[in-house]
Amino acid sequence: MSLTHYLVLAAILFTIGAVGVLVRRNAIVVFMCVELMLNSVNLTLVTFARASGTLDGQVMAFFVMVVAAAEVVVGLAIIMSLFRTRRSASVDDANLLKY
Amino acid sequence: MDTAPADGLITSAWLLIALPLAGAAVLLLGGRRTDRWGHLLGTGTVVAAFVLGLLCTLQLDGRRLDVDLFTFVATGSLDVQAGLLFDPLSAVFVLLITGVGALIHVYSIGYMAHDPRRRRFFAYLNLFVAAMLLLVLGDNFVALYVGWEGVGLASYLLIAFWHERPSAATAAKKAFIMNRVGDVGLALAIFLMFAQLGTVSYDGVFGAVGTLAGGTVTAIGLLLLLGACGKSGQFPLQAWLPDAMEGPTPVSALIHAATMVTAGVYLIARCAPVYDATPTARAAVLAVGAITLMIGAIAGCAQDDIKKVLAYSTVSQIGYMFLAVGLGPVGYVAGLAHLLTHGFFKAGLFLGAGSVMHAMDDDVDMRRFGGLASRMKVTFVTFGLGYLALIGFPFLSGFYTKDAIIEAAFDRGDGWGYLLGGIAILAAGLTAFYMTRLMLMTFFGRPRWEPGVHPHESPSVMTAPMVLLAVGSVLAGFLLVVAFPLEEWLTPVFGEPEAAEHVVAPLVVSILVTVVMALGVLTAWLFVGRREVPVTAPVRVSPVTRAARRALYADAVNESLFMRPGQWLTRALVFVDNRGVDGAVNGLAATLGGSSSRLGRTQTGFVRSYALSMLGGAVVVAGALLAVTAG
Repeated sequence: MSLTHYLVLAAILFTIGAVGVLVRRNAIVVFMCVELMLNSVNLTLVTFARASGTLDGQVMAFFVMVVAAAEVVVGLAIIMSLFRTRRSASVDDANLLKY
Repeated sequence: MDTAPADGLITSAWLLIALPLAGAAVLLLGGRRTDRWGHLLGTGTVVAAFVLGLLCTLQLDGRRLDVDLFTFVATGSLDVQAGLLFDPLSAVFVLLITGVGALIHVYSIGYMAHDPRRRRFFAYLNLFVAAMLLLVLGDNFVALYVGWEGVGLASYLLIAFWHERPSAATAAKKAFIMNRVGDVGLALAIFLMFAQLGTVSYDGVFGAVGTLAGGTVTAIGLLLLLGACGKSGQFPLQAWLPDAMEGPTPVSALIHAATMVTAGVYLIARCAPVYDATPTARAAVLAVGAITLMIGAIAGCAQDDIKKVLAYSTVSQIGYMFLAVGLGPVGYVAGLAHLLTHGFFKAGLFLGAGSVMHAMDDDVDMRRFGGLASRMKVTFVTFGLGYLALIGFPFLSGFYTKDAIIEAAFDRGDGWGYLLGGIAILAAGLTAFYMTRLMLMTFFGRPRWEPGVHPHESPSVMTAPMVLLAVGSVLAGFLLVVAFPLEEWLTPVFGEPEAAEHVVAPLVVSILVTVVMALGVLTAWLFVGRREVPVTAPVRVSPVTRAARRALYADAVNESLFMRPGQWLTRALVFVDNRGVDGAVNGLAATLGGSSSRLGRTQTGFVRSYALSMLGGAVVVAGALLAVTAG
């Protein structure tokens, strides 16, 4: 399998994630789509690391994973408290912060 | 013109100023505790100052003595020593101020007896006396200026003494503002002296006047004249003085007749070396004097307010003094002699007018007086003597001093001399006219009193000063001109009197003046004494009378030339400020506020639209990067 296949797969995954973030209302799903985008980027990083034979991309991928794990903790906590107060996990309902 | 350090009693000349000043301080700071004896303290300090001034004068012996006090200002090249100059000129002023001042303080005890703020009145009077003494005793222009402003302040406070009356408050403001115009002239003159000569002491300035360029000396002379005009109520700044009669009558007598308004004459006489060096400024002094003495005399003929007649008379008489000092060395002594005799008889006349007002329930309209001669004998006799002295009745004081001025005018010898002398004689006739009119309307004829008015003679605390001033009015001219000539007394200041070459024989002048005076009296009798005086002023009168009633439209000119344009300027500036400056600031704020609230509309609160804009932004950034790297 050539480099192109990996990159195309990553692009598809990223697109799915981006579209999901934009169109889905459920905060959990939006969150998972964000994770999908992060992982598609991880795939790209690892692909290029392998292609160039250096470790830089893989190290970057680990950093992304660590940050994503931390982000999951905070994000899920926010979604939990949001759900507790509003009985809904829809991102459209959480619209207090506006003009 | 050499000064020597003071010795003997004169070293304590500073007490002359300190005594009344301390009186004012005690009365103002002591508050109500001093109410019971405040007037006695106020009178006592001035009497003490008079006694001290008299003792100092007796020791003077024709010297010019300098009393060094302390360093007032020492910055860079400006070095002002606070010091007093006690010379024959300041000595006569000290005696006039403290002497007449003491009499008027005594009179005020009676006049202000029922005023709840009598203590405050005496405090202001003491403040005035202190400032006036500083004005005439200072040995430099800065001290003179401090005194000059001090008397201006005291004058303002005293004109507005009954400040609950709007007319009094307005008159005080008017006096203060018109004085300020003159004071700017005086201040500029002092600045000019310092800039050109580096000194402000009399000796320094007068000693170096010869080294200045002609234009500079003329500028100094004209600026000093402007200051003198403001303080002395001379053309073109004469309009405040008649309005100042809103103050209590003792104030009119002391400040606006006898002393403060003559400060301008003092200034010009003191600055004789400056005017010796500039014929232009001296001619301006002459012109001011001649114009003012006519304006005052004409306006005085048509007033119905007894104090206003006396006020215009003061304006006119000070015009005589300006005319005299404007004539140069021949006129200084004549002008100062008239100043002194005028101080006596005009103060006496004002005190008499105050006594009349006291009897008439503070009415001032002469059309409602009449027939008071029999009710108020002392006032009538003292007022009558002052009247005779003022119109120049032979051998009373005005006769000697006014004639001396008119003679000095003729002695110029040229056409101008005849013109000035003619104006002065004509004004003497007008003086006789308006004063006779005042006498006839007040003391003679049928009583035209308001119902409920019961005229009575004033208490002796008021009549005693009037009697003393009347004696002064009768004798002062003889004493100052014949018995103890002022000319010899003032020789150390103005130099040896020149042997005058009389163009017109003095006897001819005296006869001419007396005849014109008699004509004035006769005309007044024909117009006023022979006929019934209407209680309300006639409306259908000649244009001349109408102009004279309005003081030759001095107020109208001031208002249309200065007040109205000033108001227009203010209004235009307010408009520019509201519409222009405020408009720009408010418009900018509104624009920014509106656009920011419109921008705020994009913050919808929908997370997904934020996400879309983030994506869009990221795409744009990525596209831009690609375009840059590819390009």
